[in-house]
Amino acid sequence: MDLIIQQSINAISLGGVYAMLALGLAIVFSIVGLINFAHGDIMTFGGYGIFLSLAFGTSPVAALAVGIGAAVVMALTLERTAFRAMRGADVVTLLITSFAVSEILKVVFQNTISARPVPISFPAAWSGTYQVAGATIGVVPTVSIIVAFVSLLGLTLILRRTATGLAMRAAAEDLEMLKLLGVRANRVVAMAFALSGLLAGIAAVIWTAQRGSVDPMMGFFPVLKAFIATVLGGLGSLGGAVLGGFVIGVLEVLTQAFLPDGLSPYRDAIVLALVIAALLWRPDGLLPAKNANRS
Amino acid sequence: METALSIKGLDVRYGPVQATRGVDLTAAKGGVTALLGANGAGKTSTVMAIAGALRISGGSVSIFGKDMTGATPDAIVRAGVAISPEGRRVFSALSVEDNLTLAGSVVGDAATALSRKAAMMERFPILGERRKQLAGLLSGGEQQMLAVARALMSGPRLLLMDEPSLGLAPQMVDAIFGIVEELRDEGISILLVEQNATLALDVADHAVILANGAVAAAGAPGDLKNDKLLQAAYLAA
Repeated sequence: MDLIIQQSINAISLGGVYAMLALGLAIVFSIVGLINFAHGDIMTFGGYGIFLSLAFGTSPVAALAVGIGAAVVMALTLERTAFRAMRGADVVTLLITSFAVSEILKVVFQNTISARPVPISFPAAWSGTYQVAGATIGVVPTVSIIVAFVSLLGLTLILRRTATGLAMRAAAEDLEMLKLLGVRANRVVAMAFALSGLLAGIAAVIWTAQRGSVDPMMGFFPVLKAFIATVLGGLGSLGGAVLGGFVIGVLEVLTQAFLPDGLSPYRDAIVLALVIAALLWRPDGLLPAKNANRS
Repeated sequence: METALSIKGLDVRYGPVQATRGVDLTAAKGGVTALLGANGAGKTSTVMAIAGALRISGGSVSIFGKDMTGATPDAIVRAGVAISPEGRRVFSALSVEDNLTLAGSVVGDAATALSRKAAMMERFPILGERRKQLAGLLSGGEQQMLAVARALMSGPRLLLMDEPSLGLAPQMVDAIFGIVEELRDEGISILLVEQNATLALDVADHAVILANGAVAAAGAPGDLKNDKLLQAAYLAA
């Protein structure tokens, strides 16, 4: 029983990180058609933001804020310098541009900071545990679940209730028409990147709090999973990205916890096989993006 | 005669394909100017270039006497131009009301935007009735109404209407042309792109016919209508 509670907390916590990363990818993809391979490096940059500000002696809470801010700034910088120039190019061209950006950032991280993991030490109290129904549960996974849900809820409110959110939903359907109405599209696109950077920054905070280090590849693997989540959920569908993120997170933890030892090397293969099976059943994803209806 | 729109020698290219070559066009202030021609004659390219959505590779566009060649779409909207585009392009995943709110967001004054939205729902009662419905669920004619209402939200002085009657039931076509006349009577200048030449020539006070990206004829609707050769060559469906 307590194992089930612990593993559920781990599963939802990991799923929450994947969901935030997948949602960041989906927001940008739905508006500019960019599959942003550099999204992981935005997350990594957030991690280095935390590391550097701790190294300069700021308080841990301030360091987390710096990390999130660093990710937002990086997302906006990439949009302005690399992706705006490529606006309107086809999906493959954009994808390759983001590969290039990603490689450049990795090399910069390696050469300016370190190719190896650098430690991030948070106060000992943060890594504490508490007891529920006989189960020992970590503070960090619990907080990360709360943070992920609050972030996802906040983003939903922004998209549903604010003027900017309205413009972003319209941009996802027909960016050119939005421009023809006189709305400044560059602002809407920048806002989409800022939100995706914000989610990547929050993911970086959770990730580093759980692992205690940053390295140039930190963002790569979780974002790879988030890619799979966006495809599983339905490329371009925001709700699908979130659902896909949680499904992948839960599958990963379940296979880790309950597979017999002999099968554990095949964990990723089993998860991906399940994803492929899901896509064979629903080729457009679990919650496909709505197609624009133009009669 | 004061002009709402004056285009000189307009060239628009899609890569190696030249969509328009040296198009000259003038739209009088307060009038309806019809832009006619067969499919692929360059009508939509001309309109989209005026709206700032296509790059202009030659010639000039001036709007209410101000040179707007190569201006961004938002500058063109601020100069008083709005578009109801080909295919209507309403935001189908947004509600009717949100479509209008969005278009009103470019108006500096929020109170003006709100009262305009209320005026649109009154003017097009069907949009008022369906304000909470997704725009994608409206019929073609209702979507066209929404596209026009959405264009009017910015308070334009020149309205570009690209194929507003395409694919609509005859009754709806009449309603749309009724709206065109109403807007003209309110003093809005209109550039009306149409394949339905007969109807367009009835409502227009000046007409330009495009063929293969260039102006084939221009003049008073009565003259063009009676020119059998012109009718047969360019306007027959």
